[in-house]
Amino acid sequence: MNLPIELERERKSIIAYAKSYGLDFYDTVFEIVEFDQLNEIASYGGFPTRYPHWRYGMEYDELAKGYEYGLQKIYELVINNDPCYAYLMKSNKLVDQKLVMAHVYAHCDFFKNNLWFSKTNRKMMDQMANHAIRVRRYIEKYGSEVVEDFIEVCLSIENLIDPHLPFIKRTPDEPDLAGSEVEKTVPAKFKSKPYMDAFINPKEIREEQKRVADQKVKEDKQRFPQQPERDVLAFLIAHAPLEKWQRDILSIIRVEAYYFAPQGQTKIMNEGWATFWHSKIMTEKALTDAEVIDYADHHSGTVATSVGRLNPYKLGVELFRDIEARWNKGKFGKEYEECSDWQTRRNWDKKLGLGLKKVFEVRQMYNDLMFIDAFLTPEFCAEQKLFAFEYRERNNYYEISDREYKVVKEKLLFSLTNMGQPFIFVQDANYSNRGELYLLHKHEGIDLDQSDAHDTLANIYNVWNRPVHIETVVDETEIIFSFDGKEFRETTPVE
Amino acid sequence: MVKRIDRDVSRFRQIVRGRVKKDLKKYITRGEMIGKKGKDFVSIPISQIHIPRFRLGGKKMGGVGQGDGEVGTPIAQGDQPGTGSAGEAPGRHILEVDISLDELAAMLSEELELPNIEPRGKKNITSRKDKYTGISDTGPESLRHFKRTFKQALRRQVITQNYDLKNPVIVPIREDRRYRTWKTTTKPESNAVIIYMMDVSGSMGDEQKEIVRTESFWIDTWLHYQYDNLETRYIIHDAVAREVDQNTFFHTRESGGTIISSAYKLASSMIDAHFDPSEWNIYLFHFSDGDNWGEIDTDECIAILRDKLLPRANLFCYGQVESPYGSGQFIRELEDYLKEEEKLILSEIRDKDGIYASIKSFLGKGK
Repeated sequence: MNLPIELERERKSIIAYAKSYGLDFYDTVFEIVEFDQLNEIASYGGFPTRYPHWRYGMEYDELAKGYEYGLQKIYELVINNDPCYAYLMKSNKLVDQKLVMAHVYAHCDFFKNNLWFSKTNRKMMDQMANHAIRVRRYIEKYGSEVVEDFIEVCLSIENLIDPHLPFIKRTPDEPDLAGSEVEKTVPAKFKSKPYMDAFINPKEIREEQKRVADQKVKEDKQRFPQQPERDVLAFLIAHAPLEKWQRDILSIIRVEAYYFAPQGQTKIMNEGWATFWHSKIMTEKALTDAEVIDYADHHSGTVATSVGRLNPYKLGVELFRDIEARWNKGKFGKEYEECSDWQTRRNWDKKLGLGLKKVFEVRQMYNDLMFIDAFLTPEFCAEQKLFAFEYRERNNYYEISDREYKVVKEKLLFSLTNMGQPFIFVQDANYSNRGELYLLHKHEGIDLDQSDAHDTLANIYNVWNRPVHIETVVDETEIIFSFDGKEFRETTPVE
Repeated sequence: MVKRIDRDVSRFRQIVRGRVKKDLKKYITRGEMIGKKGKDFVSIPISQIHIPRFRLGGKKMGGVGQGDGEVGTPIAQGDQPGTGSAGEAPGRHILEVDISLDELAAMLSEELELPNIEPRGKKNITSRKDKYTGISDTGPESLRHFKRTFKQALRRQVITQNYDLKNPVIVPIREDRRYRTWKTTTKPESNAVIIYMMDVSGSMGDEQKEIVRTESFWIDTWLHYQYDNLETRYIIHDAVAREVDQNTFFHTRESGGTIISSAYKLASSMIDAHFDPSEWNIYLFHFSDGDNWGEIDTDECIAILRDKLLPRANLFCYGQVESPYGSGQFIRELEDYLKEEEKLILSEIRDKDGIYASIKSFLGKGK
């Protein structure tokens, strides 16, 4: 890291400010880059070395054009690694650089301390580079077309992971062989005197029951996987008939997907936290008088809202500030919750001064979903003018549908559940006893995008090499989409 | 410095041009999409290739937003109905960028590798332009600046303490009068004229005209970009030629035979009357299906081209649109007799996709 003297001086004082507030971060390496380098790094998701693929080129193309036409500009880019890496754009003013540094240190604090990041690889920079080498090697060996096409297939299913998997053990390491023999479930006989037995428990019916029970035992034994499997990628890596290099590439994609998952889970908190701290550090400590206007201009750009899209920076920082204020004033707990007098509630102030302690605790324990669930209050919702919107077919417009606290919160929570991705499970890998793959979409009220679902199904077929199915719901009717390598079919499930 | 991303970008572009080639060229082969919008701005979609995923779709989803507005306030328009239905070809996410026609032309030149045009020897022609830029205290009464005059009078009255707040009367005297002044600027100028000629005989169908229309749009855009002062004239012909306006040019459907020389004669006389070749860069474009009436006329055409049009024009482009009726002989005659002529460019346009190549061959020489 070779920062110019003035930047280095600022960096040191910002570190000192940040530490004095109690922020705790990995060492952070700042690189000064030109705009096109920044665009390049941003296209690679922040990593200077990644496997080659046209999709990064596409990202770059968009970023470069956006920059060229003055539509967008990246200010800050930091990656979760130990040490953290962050990039400063050469052409930015000093005040901007200070702001970015303050922002970045808060991100690094978040990466280091937030629970959801605790299982991520802190040497991801190296791992990504290793991935790149492995993929390059395959490209040399098998040709870029082939490898690229397969990567595309993998990218198409990279969201089919189980974000909680790093934290819990879903299946035992050793299969429980002793207990796997399922108890026979033939219903007990009706009580009867011996001479009546043949009438009360007729032989044919007993046999039928036994046959059904045996069948069930057999099916249970054969069911594979035993439990529906949410980490579809892991399942495919383990069981799909892939070549070794394909298996490796799929596992590379999976590892990277797991690495990025916490960032999806904590977008609002992470950005809110960083904004919360850059604004504190800048306004309380780092700003000089001459920089105030530029800072205010830039900061307001960061937290600007536009109708119809929630700005995670804005929502996050406001929530953190609200939490700080509430815990400072003691606006929590049974007594406060049960107080129904509007005036008293409003002027509630026990002068507890627990605000900062609380926000640090929150940044450690929560992810976006829990964050919103726990701290979005009716007052906050009204103050921030949050609303729910819905699509109206009659005029082809999205319209504000509700400002009711409950509705808004529910909608917001829904959009954050599983990062807005559908829940997809491997239900049966030996469907109709023909080795076909049967996926289940756990329908939560919103249908899958059908055209995408078709194409994705075709991609999974390329991995599984046998017909694939997905059970889902379209317009409130259960339906199975199938692809057998040649054509798509839609059928209704038989129970 | 070679950047690592360059490989991925060029790979992406290759794919866009290969796999989604037709999509990318859509805005070249589809004139409607590029129509001038508002103040000379057009929207250019930036291609993206969409990787399909299992994702929640449909507009049912809605969401949460932030800001003012009553319940029922529309906040954004939904997509056009009917898009994204099942079984559609790989979707494309389109990012639209508004750009000016000049930028569009610049992109066109990058895309088609068009050279800039060197105007022929007209650099000494200048135009003069008057612009009112300043104020002076002398000048003709007709240019007197009323406001500034009164301002000056007010200033004088305040200074000499003749201004009475209670009775604010301002009387300008001779010295207060202010006049507008102008500055004459000269700037080098190159004039250009495009004369489009189109065969509208019975054999030119709507599709052929559409091709001509699209191609003319791009040629227009390009030449506008190159010249400050561009005039456009339109000639249609079947057995007789006449000058028409733009609308008629693209929408007439005549019938009857084809005598191409009639159009060439008219163009030649137009140049005689209005466009002195020493002052104008002259571009001639002729579109036809190549089915001329008789060899005698073709001979005459060649004679007019050789003696009258080609010596005076920067470029004569002949685009032959393929039509089910035409014999398409004309282009071969031109080729045989005039292949020595540098200013003559011939191009056969088979279908809409051929426009791309045709524009490139017409404008690729930088004349």
